[in-house]
Amino acid sequence: MAKRILAVDDSRTMRAMLSQALVEAGYEVDLAEDGAQGLERITEQVPNLLITDINMPKLDGFGLIEAVRGQKNLRALPILVLTTESAAELKMKARKAGASGWIVKPFEEEKLLNAIRMVVA
Amino acid sequence: MTDLRTAFFEECEELLETLSDGLASLEEGADDSETVNSIFRAVHSIKGSAGAFHLNALAEFSHIFENVLDLLREGKLSADEDLMPLLYAAGDHLSYLVEAANGGVEVEPDRAAALVADLRRTANVEGSATEEEDPDTSAEDVAAIGAFQPINLDLGLPDLGSIDTGEAPAPTGPPRYTIRFAPKDELFETGHDPVLIFRALRALGPVEATADLTEVPAFSEIEWDRPYISWTLTLQTEAGRDGIEGVFDFVSDLCDLEIVPDLPPSTAQAAEPPAGGGETPDEDGPGNVDTGDAGTAAAAPTTAAAAPSAPSAAKPAAKKPEGKAARDTIRVELERVDRLVNIVGELVISEAMLRQAMSDSAMSAHGPAANAMGQLRQLSGELQESVMAIRAQPVRGLFQRMSRIVREVTRETGKNARIVTEGEATEVDKTVIERLVDPLTHMIRNAIDHGLEKPEQREAAGKKALGTVTLSAAHRSGRVIIELRDDGAGINRPKVRELAISKGLIAAGDDLSDAEIDNLLFAPGFSTSEKVSNLSGRGVGMDVVRSEIQALGGRVSIASEWGKGTVFSISLPLTLAVLEGMIVEVAGEKIVVPTTTLRETVRASEAAMHCLGDSERVLSMRDGLVPIVDLGESLGFRGRVSDFSDQSLLLIETDTGQRTALAVDRVYDQREVVIKGLEQNYRQVPGIAAATILGDGRIALIADTDQFTSTGPGTAAASVSASGDIFDDFSDFGV
Repeated sequence: MAKRILAVDDSRTMRAMLSQALVEAGYEVDLAEDGAQGLERITEQVPNLLITDINMPKLDGFGLIEAVRGQKNLRALPILVLTTESAAELKMKARKAGASGWIVKPFEEEKLLNAIRMVVA
Repeated sequence: MTDLRTAFFEECEELLETLSDGLASLEEGADDSETVNSIFRAVHSIKGSAGAFHLNALAEFSHIFENVLDLLREGKLSADEDLMPLLYAAGDHLSYLVEAANGGVEVEPDRAAALVADLRRTANVEGSATEEEDPDTSAEDVAAIGAFQPINLDLGLPDLGSIDTGEAPAPTGPPRYTIRFAPKDELFETGHDPVLIFRALRALGPVEATADLTEVPAFSEIEWDRPYISWTLTLQTEAGRDGIEGVFDFVSDLCDLEIVPDLPPSTAQAAEPPAGGGETPDEDGPGNVDTGDAGTAAAAPTTAAAAPSAPSAAKPAAKKPEGKAARDTIRVELERVDRLVNIVGELVISEAMLRQAMSDSAMSAHGPAANAMGQLRQLSGELQESVMAIRAQPVRGLFQRMSRIVREVTRETGKNARIVTEGEATEVDKTVIERLVDPLTHMIRNAIDHGLEKPEQREAAGKKALGTVTLSAAHRSGRVIIELRDDGAGINRPKVRELAISKGLIAAGDDLSDAEIDNLLFAPGFSTSEKVSNLSGRGVGMDVVRSEIQALGGRVSIASEWGKGTVFSISLPLTLAVLEGMIVEVAGEKIVVPTTTLRETVRASEAAMHCLGDSERVLSMRDGLVPIVDLGESLGFRGRVSDFSDQSLLLIETDTGQRTALAVDRVYDQREVVIKGLEQNYRQVPGIAAATILGDGRIALIADTDQFTSTGPGTAAASVSASGDIFDDFSDFGV
């Protein structure tokens, strides 16, 4: 069964890029355009991995991660954060919120898939 | 990648709109966090995607811009009079960079050097914390994530202190490392699974893992998310220390980790189980665990954490890009919409044909068939409107683009001007909007460059130094009216007249009305500016502006008051696909005369006609004489009719105010016709704008009325000389 990945990003381009790369790699992809929608999608169906942007309207990435980690059954859900910065501060903040790891944009497909393999079997 | 690129630039347009909207509300005092955030996100998104397409100039500039916006977001900067111009300039430059990237234009590196310096200065002065970050993950970043805390384990290995960083010499096979890995609580709480880490290590080289189970409590006391197990692994790899650390990148702060290069494999001892609390864990059953099975072998804690966190009742097929995200809108290729528009056009024609057939066959006008026909007519009308609405877009984007132009031009000319936009929500056909960009840009440049006075002159005239350009859009009686108004000096008519004479456009003795003089601005080769400035010049005159608007089925008119300003009015059809026209007959052929220029219809027998010379005839109107053009002759259908008395005259007036009376044999009715381009199917024909198919299935040509008047009195007919056998060539026209 293909692993299911929910990618949350307010940029349509980024969603399309993620979607293309992930579908090609054999994952099943679901998309949401902000944190609130992402949370809604997770509630409907829990994915095997959540990839989320940080800066988003309505509910940002940190908020989304915190909301996910706040649910007991989602505490082990792997979460990768998309960030344009490799700044340690941002990573720390994401980590504190409960992120499993991060992907620095712009990503190469190989790096993206490697990062995913680090958190999804 | 091309599709993604296209999508990216489409999105950029939207993001730039968001940015522009945000800046405008910011300037109006909306200093709320949502406004600032939306601006920030727009720039941030552009930056993120630009990097992905290796659009470095764009990515770098967005990054610098973003730094300033970040401070604004944090409240360290306020959107005051000092900052706003900088933000606008940065927004404009960002638009330029997007356009440059899209068009593959080489960006002039110095173009924004001052701007970049300003942005950097602003970012650095206000927020000392904003440093330029290296986009690559550096070792320092990794180290900063979590303190590297080696755990002390007595392994009974030789002293390794002296070789803790360098790679051990490896006479046989790749260097070998001992890795001690003890997860902390948080490792499982953030969704990690040691098995995956081991797998990643195995990708680097052969791995052996030994689990230390000494900390595992009695089964009843096990908490599922506590890490009780630690591992000692040996790995042979060429990846080096960096490669190994890379595997632990996500968890370096979530575990105790020690990576120690071994002595060459030949001399190294097999790794012993860690001593842990000092007990030998033999009876607990530690063993060499193949990493592939670690998940099952490593007892409850790990497996629990690794289990898929919910029923993964995934759907069988992979989703299409965009998935469920787009709920309220769908994105459709324009081509598909156009196909739909065409089909609906055909439907409307078929409906008309059916209606005509019914009335020809003398069916009752009140029977059930007629009722159904009425319904069909109404439905097809609604369908047509709905389809047209798909192509309609608000003019907001276009207006925002013009706002940028205004700022650009004011910077370049040193004139003070602001732009006020009205009716941005007015919807216009997408193609019309796109094709309005160039003419409108030119008109705005003109308005500021030529229309507005210099600040000193304005003050001397008792006006505010800041000039205002107003751009408005509105729907008015089935058309879209776009007005460009400036509060400048107005048209200097004596000067325009003088110039027109010197350029040979008019004779010195010509008596011209104010409107006629104003319209000279649209004459080919006319430019009121003494020297063609590089701004509004650009080798394009207002004549091109007018012809571009006319090509859209539009009209442009001008009104000006000396000392008060000038207004350009553009009137456009709502759609390019249908046209309101008067059906007339000439020499047995049906012709459609667009109602946009039609002023009046008169029966020749009731009109006052006069002869001029041998052949010229004119119509005497209340306010002057209007030349009569025989449409049948002009189009080459037949020779001139000698007697106009049975004819009808259509008085047409172009937006330059020139009038002509077209003589036709018969006037039928006024109706909407679906425009069929001639060029794609035949070729361009003088005097003919396009064609349509009427209810009876016959082709009717749509007259290009401007061509009958544009050459002025007397020569109108001569300029139009279509070949008489035009209809003979229509065998391949699709009917």
